[in-house]
Amino acid sequence: MFEDVSNFKLTKELTAKLDAVLNAHGNDSTQIVDILLDAQDLIEQHYIPKIVAGYIAEHLPTKLSVIYDCITFYDKLSDRPRGKYPIEVCNSIACRVNDSDFLLQTLTKLLNIKPGEITYDGRFTIELTDCFGACDRAPAVRINKVVYGPLRSEEEIKKMLEKML
Amino acid sequence: MAHFITRNFGKYDVFSIDSYLSIGGFSSLKKALKMDKEDIASLITKAGVKGRGGAEYPMGRKWSQARQVTRPHHCVVCNADEGETCTFKDRELITQDPFNLIEAIIIAGWAVDAEDGYIYMREEYAHLCPRLINAIEQARQRGFLGKNILGSGFNYDIHLYSGAGAYVCGEGTALIRSIEGKAGRPRMKPPFMKQSGLFTRPTCLNNVESLSIVPHLLHDAAPYLAQGTENSIGTKLISVGGNVNKPGVFEIPFGTTIRQIIYDLAGGIQENRSIRLIQFGGASGKIADDSVLDLPYTYEDFAAHNLIIGSGSILVIDERMSVIDFLRATQDFFLHESCGQCVPCREGNRQIKFFLDKIKAGTQTQEDIETMLTFAKVMPLSSLCGLGETAQNALQSAIKVFPEVFGLMPKAQGEQA
Repeated sequence: MFEDVSNFKLTKELTAKLDAVLNAHGNDSTQIVDILLDAQDLIEQHYIPKIVAGYIAEHLPTKLSVIYDCITFYDKLSDRPRGKYPIEVCNSIACRVNDSDFLLQTLTKLLNIKPGEITYDGRFTIELTDCFGACDRAPAVRINKVVYGPLRSEEEIKKMLEKML
Repeated sequence: MAHFITRNFGKYDVFSIDSYLSIGGFSSLKKALKMDKEDIASLITKAGVKGRGGAEYPMGRKWSQARQVTRPHHCVVCNADEGETCTFKDRELITQDPFNLIEAIIIAGWAVDAEDGYIYMREEYAHLCPRLINAIEQARQRGFLGKNILGSGFNYDIHLYSGAGAYVCGEGTALIRSIEGKAGRPRMKPPFMKQSGLFTRPTCLNNVESLSIVPHLLHDAAPYLAQGTENSIGTKLISVGGNVNKPGVFEIPFGTTIRQIIYDLAGGIQENRSIRLIQFGGASGKIADDSVLDLPYTYEDFAAHNLIIGSGSILVIDERMSVIDFLRATQDFFLHESCGQCVPCREGNRQIKFFLDKIKAGTQTQEDIETMLTFAKVMPLSSLCGLGETAQNALQSAIKVFPEVFGLMPKAQGEQA
């Protein structure tokens, strides 16, 4: 078995869910990105712990090195714990010219974390991301696949955050 | 505004195949199955459809060539990885007309003798996956996918794959590597996609919008052929964003002027500010100032003014942002998205960032500018893939349009150009 020095435990429940994901994708190693994305969503902190990567590698006709090549290559896959609600702030030019700076500063102030950091309760992270195609709602954020925007005032931003509580 | 590609928008329930059938859905497929395959490609050629993802390759020719490849197990790939900044037209096509896209991919499969169709969807549009999966499933149940489709003897199925936030995966060879279950790093060409693409099979790769036009053309091409100009036939979906009052996706006939697009369709500039610059075709597109406002939106007029239509996005930036800040932001984007395999792209983007920083600080020398321009010239010539080739489009066009930003005299630069 693969060794994971973090506190993350591969429970029976999670194993069953991972098996379901692998099954849904037909244990097809070409579906590795889809599998990793689904696996990441199963975990509250939205990342792929080492032990999970190892588990997937053992159950697919692929190597752990390929899995880590993918995790480190693709922006939306993470090998580090993220918030339960990772806030992806669009950092592309269409949002920036619509004052996404204010949005970012307000989030930083309200949550008391910088981009890349995680709140003390593990609930939020702020991440800067490239255009996710919501330029008609700029400045926008994306949390767990849902786009929120435009977020122009502190009130709107607070309201959006309150939905996550 | 035109309604050809967007003809079905809002007309049916996107989760119900019955609803789609009730507005005449899949009639183009039935028609195609009775047509000569070369005639389908000829129809597209006649309509002058060029690849709408950005590369602008003639689509009819692509299909014709794809079918002629003699190696077996052809496949079709639909590129739904629109990562260009400020491009969101494919999002609307998938959101409002998913069945049409599925129909188009089946027609494409038939026309190029393919056995499988693949959709590569960007992770950012993951919320749209359920409606595509549903559309594929319902099409399968009704015999539009699977074995012996509508009694034609044609076997075909569609598979959905997701990306995970890599801009470079919009590039053909990177995209197929991603579907193959690897990190999406581009590779050298040849072998070309049509010969050896996905899983080394002959592959016909098309953008969502390019494909979406086909069922409408087969239904009735006349309204499409009647619009546009001589060399840019028909209509185009554009996405307008930035400092405009009403950002969004619009279908326009080719030949509409930029002014009409920005001021009529997109509602003008926020608080009536003046325009600093306009970028066409996404992050890899070129930029212009407000002197192009009366330019018609056509391939030929754009080419004559050193612009590209590319992905069909129009990013309008008002006077509050400086040209150099814009270039720095674009440079950050490419520096982050470069896959790092080839030196010209990886190092070129890094060095140009340093020079832009110097220009912003006002500490640049004439030598710096010259070195930067050399790098910007070498990158397109020597990079491995389209990303490195187009990364400096914005900078190169900025030098021509805004020479004063770089401390160059406008006239002297004009003579060199």
